[in-house]
Order: sequence, then structure tokens, then C-alpha cells
Amino acid sequence: MPTLPTLAAGCILASLVLYALTGGADFGGGVWGLLNHGPRAEARKRLIDHAIGPVWETNHIWVIVAVVVLFTAFPKVFAVLSTALFVPLTLILAGIILRGSAFAFQTHRLHEEDGTDWWGGVFAGASLVTPFLLGVVLGAVSTGAVRGEGLSSVAGGTDAWLAPFPLSVGGMTLSSCAYLAAVYLILETDDPELKEDFRRRALGALVLVSLLSAAIPFLSPGGAPEFHRALTGSWWSVPLMGANALAALGSAVSLAVRAYPLARACAASQVTLLLAGWGMAQHPYLVRPGLPISSSAASPEMLRLLLIILAAGGVLLFPAIYLLFRVFKKKALFGR
Amino acid sequence: MTELVLARAQMAMLFAFHILFAVAGIGMPVLMVIAEGAHLRTGKPVYAELARRWGRGTAVLFAVGAVSGTVLSFELGLLWPRFMEFAGGVIGLPFALEGFAFFTEAIFLGIYVYGWEKVSPRLHLAAGCLVALGGILSGVFVVSANAWMNSPAGFTLIAGRPANVSPLAVMANPAWKTETIHMTLAAFAASGFAVAGIHAFRLLREPRNGFHRVALGIALSVGGVAAVLQPISGDLSARFVARNQPVKLAAMEGQFPTQRGAPLRIGGLPDAAEETTRYALEIPRGLSLLAFHDADAEVVGLSAFPRDERPNPVPVHLAFQVMVACGIALAAVGAAGAILGWKRRERLFSRPFLCAVVACGPLGLLAVEAGWVVTELGRQPWVIHKVMRTSDAVTPVGGLALPFAFFTLIYLVLGVFAARLLRKELGASPFFPAGEGDSPTAPGEV
Repeated sequence: MPTLPTLAAGCILASLVLYALTGGADFGGGVWGLLNHGPRAEARKRLIDHAIGPVWETNHIWVIVAVVVLFTAFPKVFAVLSTALFVPLTLILAGIILRGSAFAFQTHRLHEEDGTDWWGGVFAGASLVTPFLLGVVLGAVSTGAVRGEGLSSVAGGTDAWLAPFPLSVGGMTLSSCAYLAAVYLILETDDPELKEDFRRRALGALVLVSLLSAAIPFLSPGGAPEFHRALTGSWWSVPLMGANALAALGSAVSLAVRAYPLARACAASQVTLLLAGWGMAQHPYLVRPGLPISSSAASPEMLRLLLIILAAGGVLLFPAIYLLFRVFKKKALFGR
Repeated sequence: MTELVLARAQMAMLFAFHILFAVAGIGMPVLMVIAEGAHLRTGKPVYAELARRWGRGTAVLFAVGAVSGTVLSFELGLLWPRFMEFAGGVIGLPFALEGFAFFTEAIFLGIYVYGWEKVSPRLHLAAGCLVALGGILSGVFVVSANAWMNSPAGFTLIAGRPANVSPLAVMANPAWKTETIHMTLAAFAASGFAVAGIHAFRLLREPRNGFHRVALGIALSVGGVAAVLQPISGDLSARFVARNQPVKLAAMEGQFPTQRGAPLRIGGLPDAAEETTRYALEIPRGLSLLAFHDADAEVVGLSAFPRDERPNPVPVHLAFQVMVACGIALAAVGAAGAILGWKRRERLFSRPFLCAVVACGPLGLLAVEAGWVVTELGRQPWVIHKVMRTSDAVTPVGGLALPFAFFTLIYLVLGVFAARLLRKELGASPFFPAGEGDSPTAPGEV
């Protein structure tokens, strides 16, 4: 039976996985809006906006859940990370607020008045920067450079995040978002040409994600040594990497033969496995090496109540989310 | 400026921006649900048009409110890491519950705004009701966390750290009831009057347009009821503060000496150095009467507290005067609306009354901002009343002028564009003939 702090840490990881699978794809949609050239550009833009519109705010809330569980269950970790990663987190916030507002503004067609799609540009740019920096933050947590001795000692440092390893995790996060979005978008349309457009994009992004996930184990011995040892030297290392490679292969094959629902399942598994691998290699620490899960948690009463609320909230919430997706993603998700 | 002042200025700016959208996220859904309910009951198309337009307005305001709220949840840690290190494990419960309320609001707003043609009318109305419920509950949960900062409870302090945390007692802290009631009513009054003001403004130009008449009726009913109830809640809040945070009450009222039968000061400028409040209109024994319901009760003044435990009375007193003045104006106009419209609805659309409603449009939002100045500056120098000083909570990260300037710039741009968009959305004027908009004809833009 896992301990209460481990369960709470698991909830943070689960929220991050759900955020990546849903909100991540919304970021990816923005990325494809930015790289939108050639024929059918207008139709692709419309498809992306149509796919994101009704669900992005719900998807966005997973990151709030992750943050709230983090500061409730592990207040010290929240304080240390907020201090050590002040700069990337501040930029992420700017990205989040600009992206959300820009999407609301462009959806309600503010740009028609002055003729320029200024907010579309802001939305796309923020969709690029935000997931990249979110990945950088995840990478920085693993480097071992964020230490938990005292807040003043970590303030204002840049070496935790401005380094090859976190930057490459950022790159992989960004390309994973684009990859998920492309695969999802194939199933959002009936237009065979648009399907082909996003199939090509999905294959391209898959190559990028695979290259980066192959490159990261070469960067991590120097950039995140303890994380590297856990990632490559645990009993689960080989099965995890095998499963990941299998999912990547499955995705590539099913994209090649146009078996799109299977491709989507493989792509989602890939992203889930990447994050699960990150979480398992972090275990038993939240932040390596100074902040272990067990000793940086809040009181057991608080943890127990928090977990009960998360479970009860989930029972109410998941049917509602199901309804939302049932209404707006009927064909894409349920086939009819 | 010191880093502490910069951190406080940035937090205040982020908060002052967010609260406008948060208030709309509480009040607007109720307006749109009332309009849709009226449509389902009467079948009149004017109500459907109104619900759609208010729904779109809500969507934009909620989107900006959602992301600016996300910014605040991170900034708690970025600007006040020592506060969160101390309090995160104590006040987590209301924040976790708020997360779920917020989820509810987002999910069903998606269904509401994008689902007009996709779900049955009943499910659509139910979705709207859940948006409204989610909005109200989000506000209540977040404000109870703030109430805990004013009246910390549910833990014991051992060696400077919280211990024996009882999360339910934290949430049910002494201030939570008065503060959440006051804020929820304020949200309804502010958004109701802001919307009513916009439609009253249009009615001055097109007095026969049934669309704006119907809109004004709904918005004014919601805003007016809340505004008329608010003085009762204000009285409860003030008496609570008098008992639990006497130094805050003294700052609000500009009361320096401790005295029996203390006067109520209207206006005036506190002078902290001379320990006196000048130029105020004083109503003898008024403060004792209001704060304790006893004209001879003793009111503890600012001078009774050490100087380093007093808030700056100048902004607190002035903001309090602004809040009360706005609140009285709204309550008066709300009551006048009830009396005028009681017998004949037509009288609501007379020019003098419409002008009064237009003038009241911004006052509710102004009162909300002023009220937060009172409660936050009035709690200083503490971030958690008598437990942690704000200066001990601030981040050790330097150079805070940069993020302050950065976010101010972003929020200025967003504010300008949000205002432009709302003017377009709420100010648009589909024409329905007067007579409560009971015409079956399709709307046409004018």
C-alpha cells in the first residue's frame, strides 16, 4: 500500500498526464496554427479553432489541479520551486494568460474590425513558448540543481533550467504537444485532404519526438545524473523503454496504414509513458536530491482529506467531462 | 521602492484585474440563466437572443478570469513563497474545492456557449445553472481562504510552524461566513448594475427597444436585490471586524483614541503622525452604535496598538468611505427601482431613472475594488493576522520591478481589448419592439 504522500504525488503526476493529453494537444493545435502555410491553410485554422473551442478551458484546469495539490500536499516544494524557477514560471504565466485571452478574443472575432489577425498570432506564439517552458521546468526539477536548503540559496539562479538537459526536455514537451494535436486533428475532420495534411504533420512530429526521446538519455548522465541512474538502472527501465518504443512503432505503422484511432491510442500511450517514466525516475523524490516525497509532505490529516476530496470530486467530475466530450467530440471520440 | 513594496504592488495589480472578471464570472451566469429560463417559459425570442448574447459575454469574461486566476495561484508561490510554505498545507482544502467548482463552471460553460444546437433545451438550461452554481461556489471557497488570513483558525503554532491542522476548522474560520456573504452579494450587485448600466445607456438612445428593456429588467432585479441586502451583510461584517480585528476597524473609521460613544466619521483624512482624523463630518456616538449596536460601547482606537502593528489608515479609511458610498448609492437606486417598477414597469424606463442606473453602472465594481483595498491593506502589516508578517512572506528573488512592469503592460493591453470586445458584444443592439419584447418576429440589427 503506497503511503499518503506517495498517493498525493501520484495525483500530481496523474493531473500532469491528463493535462498533457488534453491541454497539451490544445497547445499543439496552436503550434500547427503557427506553422500553417500552403494550400488549405484557412481550412486547417478553422478546424483547429473548432476542435479547441468548447474544451480548452476544461483542459486547462488540470494544471490548476496539479498546482493546488502540489501546494497543499507539499507546501515546501512549492515554495522552493517557485523561488528557484521564478523566471521560467513567470514566463509560463505570461504565456497562459496571453494564450487564453487571445483565443477568447479571436473566437469572438475582434480582429475583423481592424482587419488583422493580431490575436491569432499572439495565441500561436504563446502556444509555442508555454509548453516548451513547462517542459523546461519538469526537466529542471530532475537536474539536481534545485536544492531545498533554504529559499534564499536558490533565488534567482539560472543554472537549474538554462542548461542542455532541461532545454531538451522542453523541446520534447513542445514536439509531443504538436504530435498529439496532429494525431487528434486527423479524427476531427471528414475532409480527406485535411486528414492527409495532419497525417503528414503527425509523422513529422513523431520523428522529432522519437529523436529527442532517444537523445535525452545521452544528455541526462551529465545534466541530471541521479535522475539518469534511476531512469536507466531500475527494474522497470527496460520494460518501460520497450513499451515506449512499441507505442512509437505502433503509432508509426498505424499512421502509415491510416488506422487513425489506433494511432491516437498509441500516441496517447507514448506521452503517458514518457511522463510516467519521468515520475518513476523522480521517485522517491519530488525534487532531486533535497526534497523527498515522504519528508516534505503536509500533515496526514490534510493529505487524507485532500485525497478524499480528489476521489469524490473525480466521481462528480469525470461524468461531466465525459458529457462535454460526448457533446462536442462525438464523431472524433465515439465514432458516430 | 523596496522589493516588498514591488511584490505587494504586483500582487495588488494582478488581483485588482482578476477580481473584475471573477465578479463577472459569478454574476453573469445568473443573468443568462434567468433570460434562458424566461425564454423556455414564455417562448419569446427576445429572451433567447439575450441569453445567447449574455452567454457570449460570459465566455469572454470567464476566459480572462480563468487565466488571470491561474496566474494568481502561481504568483502566491512566486511572490510569497514563505507564506505558501507555511499556509499551503493549512488552507489547501478550500483551494482544492475551488478547483472542482471551477472545473464545473468551465465544463458546463463550454456546453452552454457552444451547445445551443447540440443539446436539448432542458439540458442546456441545466448546464447554465451549473455554471452559475460553480461560479458562486468558486467565489465562496476562495474567499474563505482569504477569510482565514483575517481570522486564522484550525491549527496550533509550534516552533513557528503550523501543527495539529484541522482542515475543516480552517475552512470554517470565524470570518468565513460574513466575508463570503458580503463578497457574493457584492458580485451580484456589481455585475447586475454594470450590465444594467450598459442597457440603460442604450435605452436612453432607443427608448422603444424591447431588447434593452427586458435586459434592464433582469439585470436590475439581480443587482438591485443584492444591493438592497448588502447593507445588512455590511453591518454583520463590520461588527465582526470590530470584535475580531479591532485595529482594522479603527483604520477603516479613522479612529485614533480609544473611547466610549465613538463618533462615526464621514469623509475626513487620517493623519497617522498626529494621530487624528481631520475634516470629517462626525456623527456623535455613531460608530459605537454601528459597530456594537450600543451607543456607549467602547471602540478601541489605533493609538492602542504599537505603531508597527497598525495598518496605514489613510488608504483604508478612504477606500472604506468609497465602498460605503457606492454601496448606499446602489441600494438607493435598487430600492427606487423596486418602488417605481412595482405598479407599472413603464416607469423604470423614464429618463431620470435610466440616467441614475447609467451613473450606477461602474459603482459596484468600484465598490468591490475599494472593499478589497479595505480588507487587504487593513490587515497589514500581517499577511496572516497576528501570525505572519507580509515582510516575512516575500520572495528572496530580486529585481521584482521587471515582472511588475511586464505584467502591468500585458494586463493593460488585455484590459483595453476586453473592454472593446465587451462594448461590441454587450452594446450591440438587436431591435425588438417594446411591450416586453413579445413580438414573434426575428431580430434585426439597428
